[in-house]
Amino acid sequence: MADFVQTLETALAVGSLYALIALGYTMVYGILKFINFAHGDVVVLGAWISYTVAQWCLKRLAPADGPPLWLGPVVLACAMTVCGVLGFLIERLAYKPLRRAPRLNVLITAIGVSLLLQNVGQLDAVFGSSPVSMPALLPNPALVRMSFGGPGSSEVVIGLVDATIFVTAGLLMLALETIVYRTRLGAAMRAVSFNAETAALMGINANRIISFTFVTGSVLAAAAGFLYAMKYPGLNQPAHTIWVLLGLKAFVSAVIGGIGNVRGALLGGFVIAFVEQFGAFYISSNYRDVYVFALLIIILLIRPTGILGTPYREKV
Amino acid sequence: MTAAAPSPVAPVQDESLLRAALKGLVVPLCGVAFAFGVWSLEGRVLDAYDTVTAMNIGVAMMLAVSLNIVNGMTGQFSIGHAGFMALGGYTSGMVTYYGSLLLWGTAARQGGPFGAGEWLFAASCVAGGLVSACAGYVVGLPSLRLRGDYLAIVTLGFGEILRVLLQQTNRVIGSREGLAEAKWRELIPPPVGGAVGFNGLPKYTNLFWVGLFLSLTVIFAVRLKRSAIGRSMIAIREDEIASYSVGVNVTRVKVRSFVIAAFLAGVAGGLYAHRIGVNIEPRDAGFQRSFEYIIMTVLGGKGSVTGSMIAASILTYLPEWLRDFDRYRMIIYASLLIAMMLLRPQGLLGSREIWDFLPWFRKRRGTAR
Repeated sequence: MADFVQTLETALAVGSLYALIALGYTMVYGILKFINFAHGDVVVLGAWISYTVAQWCLKRLAPADGPPLWLGPVVLACAMTVCGVLGFLIERLAYKPLRRAPRLNVLITAIGVSLLLQNVGQLDAVFGSSPVSMPALLPNPALVRMSFGGPGSSEVVIGLVDATIFVTAGLLMLALETIVYRTRLGAAMRAVSFNAETAALMGINANRIISFTFVTGSVLAAAAGFLYAMKYPGLNQPAHTIWVLLGLKAFVSAVIGGIGNVRGALLGGFVIAFVEQFGAFYISSNYRDVYVFALLIIILLIRPTGILGTPYREKV
Repeated sequence: MTAAAPSPVAPVQDESLLRAALKGLVVPLCGVAFAFGVWSLEGRVLDAYDTVTAMNIGVAMMLAVSLNIVNGMTGQFSIGHAGFMALGGYTSGMVTYYGSLLLWGTAARQGGPFGAGEWLFAASCVAGGLVSACAGYVVGLPSLRLRGDYLAIVTLGFGEILRVLLQQTNRVIGSREGLAEAKWRELIPPPVGGAVGFNGLPKYTNLFWVGLFLSLTVIFAVRLKRSAIGRSMIAIREDEIASYSVGVNVTRVKVRSFVIAAFLAGVAGGLYAHRIGVNIEPRDAGFQRSFEYIIMTVLGGKGSVTGSMIAASILTYLPEWLRDFDRYRMIIYASLLIAMMLLRPQGLLGSREIWDFLPWFRKRRGTAR
């Protein structure tokens, strides 16, 4: 029982990270109808920028009794800003000239941008090619202890870091939900997603909306990168397979939930995390990537547009 | 006059049939001659290092040309090509390694040029191609329901699943006795070395076999492009719905293109696994390697056989040529990919072949774009 609850807790934490990243994939797909492969690499940059900023601050401040509590939010804000600017630049330089090109060309460009970000990040002048350890910006005391059964049985611990992940991810998703469904800007986003040309005729500046979408997605990605680095402090080099898999799983979450659908991305993130974590715990942890991709293929074969995606009919 | 008119036609037709058969043989024979030609360079013109580079270029060309059948001609986007390559390589490696153990009691090289070992190797490459083609059928089937991006994701998933499964395989068994005494759990999953890669394969790949399989692949691809199937593939690439409405069996042609590409990639994988130097590893199935072949086909031009060959040779030769290049290799590839899409999205040659640029050939060949 304790194992079950512990796995559940891990799955929830990992799932909220997947969901945060999946939101970026799904928003871009909803508007531009292409898979932004570079999104996963923005997450990596978010994590590495968090590390760089945190390291620099700690060296400057050299606090005697651990890092101050305000440092975490500052680092998060820095990472979000840099990644937001980066997302804007990527869209402006790489994707905007291809607005009228076939989708396959844009997809290939996205792969190119992804490879470029990975390998530039890997240079010694940027982040280097060896793993580092993220300094602990938060203490990790146990907030909740649950024990099942008698004394001596294992107990479930929910630490502050995991709680921070839930709360931060939840707040950001709530903010996004509010923006998309409650503001004029969100209405414009939904209009552009529905039909960019008609939206433009109604006086919506489609290019500005697209830029805004990229920036929002990248900001969420940076937050996910920061939270990921908090949970797993051993940061691998930017082109490591672990990062690629993180991006891919988030992307798979978006597809499973129904790509282009904001609530679908949340659902997909948690489904993927549950399948991965429970499969790893109860069957074999060696095959955790296999569960994810197998689930993807099964869902795509049964419901090609994902769980919450609307089935479409091709019109000539 | 009218009655006599058909009579001279018949002998001419017979003659042209014979000539057609001969002409059909000429090109494959040229391929064999090419294989002997490059083989004779080995050791004379090319030293050991150049030979390895030349073999790498040949294998890369085969993979780029085969991927171009799916990505370039049919216009489907496969990101799992390295998976087919690795599957073929592992299968072929199992055939030669365990075949040698069973036949000769040792995994070492058997016989000289065209000895028993080399024939076993050639057969193993074909076997690798066949297994890979079966996988290509299974992966191609979802194209019934999926299109564009979604199909790309499924092929990507295939490569990744294969990579993880290959990592979980058993240790390689070293001797015939070990093989006889092996328990089931040592044989399933197959004993191909797990995460460290399949080591100890006999090094049969030489320039002859690379040249032979490469020329056959290229001849096949060029002829495919001009054939009825090839033209329906190109039709699907240009407009799926329009080609469906004029009677192209879209599903069948798509699945066929997957099967053909997977077969050729599997054969190339067999050559790859038996090269001198590095062994085949689970990493070879991952999508990062698939990207390299995608870059080659994109650079060469969609559907251009010779274009992807040129791109494959440039991209394989560059790292050998530029010292200290390896660190910047992927950066340059990525920039090339982006620049290509922004400036010349149709690739170096577009969908033309290199002989379309020669006026004499263009006149003779007529259309065939």
